[in-house]
Amino acid sequence: MRIGVVTFPGSLDDHDARRAVDLCGGESVALWHRDADLRGVDAVVIPGGFSYGDYLRAGAISRFAPVMTEVIRAAAGGMPVLGICNGFQILCESHLLPGAMIQNDHRTFICRDQRLRVESTATAWTSQFEQGEEITIVLKNQDGQFVADEPTLDRLEGEGRVAFRYLGENPNGSYRDIAGITDERGTVVGLMPHPEHCVETGFGPSLDGRRFFTSVIERVVSA
Amino acid sequence: MGRIVVDVMLKPEILDPQGQAVRGALPRLGFEDFTDVRQGKRFVLSVDGPVTDDHLAQAREAAQTLLSNPVIEDVVDVHELTHDEPEQAPITGATGSSGGAA
Repeated sequence: MRIGVVTFPGSLDDHDARRAVDLCGGESVALWHRDADLRGVDAVVIPGGFSYGDYLRAGAISRFAPVMTEVIRAAAGGMPVLGICNGFQILCESHLLPGAMIQNDHRTFICRDQRLRVESTATAWTSQFEQGEEITIVLKNQDGQFVADEPTLDRLEGEGRVAFRYLGENPNGSYRDIAGITDERGTVVGLMPHPEHCVETGFGPSLDGRRFFTSVIERVVSA
Repeated sequence: MGRIVVDVMLKPEILDPQGQAVRGALPRLGFEDFTDVRQGKRFVLSVDGPVTDDHLAQAREAAQTLLSNPVIEDVVDVHELTHDEPEQAPITGATGSSGGAA
């Protein structure tokens, strides 16, 4: 099971994501933003960080990187894609996921252990969770406020495409407490919290991040 | 050298944290009458020679595809920069001999 992790200028969690893939039983493969080549991987992680400095909008310039053309093509063919934090923003800018991210409503950077509720286990990246399970995943962002128009939010809710919701105080003003969503077929998932930081004893508040990776590995191995 | 202005604003229904920060600071300076602040983005695109209709069409397309995100932002204006507007700051690194300090 080979999982590609894309590095953009300004990515800073790409090494953690590759380490998480390997710790969870997969084989991580480094992908480079300028290469229009996915190296035959079975799934892709778009990691967090500050791609291209986020000068225009978070994720806006990364979306046009050569590797993203291939990611978008592969995602259309059903390949699992996980976007974490800035990666989530890139997936929104790429129109693989609806909505957009703007600055946190309180205008400050936030970094904390965030409690989440798993709202959908019908995705490639969440199948090993229990429906409604409460988990704790590291959250750290400046531009983490998920926004979309009301019809889009209603559609996401109605189609069961809200994957994760924040528990407790809303950390960034995200509409309807949405922390993560999925596409129509459940293969593309984006979320603001960082599962790759919650995979190893002694590092991070939990091991809840492991099941993101073991879910997709089990799926691909059994496919 | 012609220049084209592209003005982008957050959609009215989207919260503008930057604008709110500015709004909060105004009364501290004695500006009590401004009830709301929305902060936008202005892009100034330069072309060689005069601005043509084709340049404007390309600018509109760039505005919709890269300069704005239609999910959260509106392109409120695309127009040629004319001398009726305030002088723009010199563009750093621009070619030609007209730039530079006085």
